[in-house]
Amino acid sequence: MIWNENKECMSREQMHELQSKRLRKLVSTVYHNTPFYRRKMQEMDITPDDIRTIDDIVKLPFTTKQDLRDNYPFGLQAVPTSEIVRIHASSGTTGNPTIVGYTRHDLGIWQESIARCLTAYGITRNDIFSVGYGYGLFTGGLGAHYGAEYVGATVIPTSTGNTEKHVRLIRDLGITGIACTPSYALYLAETIEKMGVDAKQLKLRVGMFGAEPWTENMRKEIENRLHLNAYNCYGLSEIMGPGVAHECECKNGSHILEDHYYPEIISPETLQPLPYGETGELVFTTLTKEGMPLLRYRTKDLTSLIEGECECGRTNVRMTRIVGRSDDMLIIRGINVFPSQVESVILEMPEFEPQYLLVVDRINNLDTLQVQVEVRRDFFSDELSTMLTLRKRLADRLKSVLTVSVDVKLVEPNSIQRSEGKSKRVVDKRVIE
Amino acid sequence: MITIKQLSIFLENKNGRINDVAKVLAKEGINMQAFSMAETADFGILRLIVSDVEKAVTALRAADFAVMLTDVVCIQCANTPGSLSAVLDYLAAENIFIEYMYAFSEGDTARTIIRPTDLPRCIEILQKNHCRIIDTYSL
Repeated sequence: MIWNENKECMSREQMHELQSKRLRKLVSTVYHNTPFYRRKMQEMDITPDDIRTIDDIVKLPFTTKQDLRDNYPFGLQAVPTSEIVRIHASSGTTGNPTIVGYTRHDLGIWQESIARCLTAYGITRNDIFSVGYGYGLFTGGLGAHYGAEYVGATVIPTSTGNTEKHVRLIRDLGITGIACTPSYALYLAETIEKMGVDAKQLKLRVGMFGAEPWTENMRKEIENRLHLNAYNCYGLSEIMGPGVAHECECKNGSHILEDHYYPEIISPETLQPLPYGETGELVFTTLTKEGMPLLRYRTKDLTSLIEGECECGRTNVRMTRIVGRSDDMLIIRGINVFPSQVESVILEMPEFEPQYLLVVDRINNLDTLQVQVEVRRDFFSDELSTMLTLRKRLADRLKSVLTVSVDVKLVEPNSIQRSEGKSKRVVDKRVIE
Repeated sequence: MITIKQLSIFLENKNGRINDVAKVLAKEGINMQAFSMAETADFGILRLIVSDVEKAVTALRAADFAVMLTDVVCIQCANTPGSLSAVLDYLAAENIFIEYMYAFSEGDTARTIIRPTDLPRCIEILQKNHCRIIDTYSL
């Protein structure tokens, strides 16, 4: 099903025209209302008149997370605060948090964006939908909430926290759809199993999962254990929140709502645009946002774009799975390592729980990578030699995928911290002097 | 069944972990009849014979221990020099390989838990040679 066929299935020519029109308006707005952008454009010797079509976007300056921090709290806001009806903040662990203000118009676009996602997943007014993202400064909870209400579903603001209560609500109310992080979905599956509830008997049908990168193997694991269809939902608070891109029933890339959020892929080193199909850093321009519009915001997420009409009928550009974040990337003895690579190896081996932690250290000036992984509660070998062989098999497989040697540590079930929001998969103990 | 269900528990080499197992069992009123520990540098497997297998498995898994069941055979012989050797001779003569074993003795009798590679054949040989096999009920 398609929520807004007019926008989601428009021809490429119409889309180009719409994006061009919206970009011209956006550039003129920020030039006149955001001193930060006016100064940057003046430094680059460009004016709004230089931007004729969407293809001219490459002339515009980039925006980084650091720019948002430097202009904390309201420096990048393009409207007076009286026009702002809500503020969210990112979960930054270092420095100033990132503050994002929304006008009433922005909130309308946001709920429309989520409605498009949910409709693509098959959620309608007949569904009972539980929002398992945290409610509060984080955009996940309220974003998913208002979008699901807009679709007309029966929305339950479960939030994170009491997971056993969540399971009881899923069972007793016949909840059919759920939104949360993929790692929380696994935790929910564990809790369901632990409570002795049969997941097959539940009415869960659709999962909207996002806010952290996840792999295809993780999808299989969640689908098998929760007996639902798991769909990716991509978003980030700086651009809007969840709802920037979503999968459809084809599960072949996430459709970007490019009439609102214009994507580019650039090389993180040269900052030059890369063609469709090549992997690089994802960059977004908010074509319709009023509160805090951003030009060419560097997401640090690494992915590639797919062109061409999807079997579902949507014509917009799709993005592949996030390979990793350029700031999640670990450099171990000079080699780039992403936690997602470790995840896909571990999920290929049914002998282990899908729970892992990467511990990076520097011993005698040499980087070391330890991967901790949990043995299954009811499935391991009684013989040490078999366990040692299993550990070696995992270490060998990781080495062949990562090309760095890995020390595998087998740990007891449930000894790796479970997360309700974004999971923490890496501990870096290296002290960089 | 003439075999015995042994609990195998995966443990990290951490201070107090065996005690944690013992506490869970104590709380449930389950008695440990024999155990042995096999370890590597950072993990080990605790092998355990208990009075109530099902209850122990449920309680330990609920406490997040990785637990599985292994079939083992328990033989009884006189607590005198050479009596175990006689039994092991029967097994060696038939090429039965023992993965691990552990023993406990009290007074005149000694009992040995054996995990052979080929359990049915091992039992067959022991029975043919009139060795005393202890089942779950007489343990």
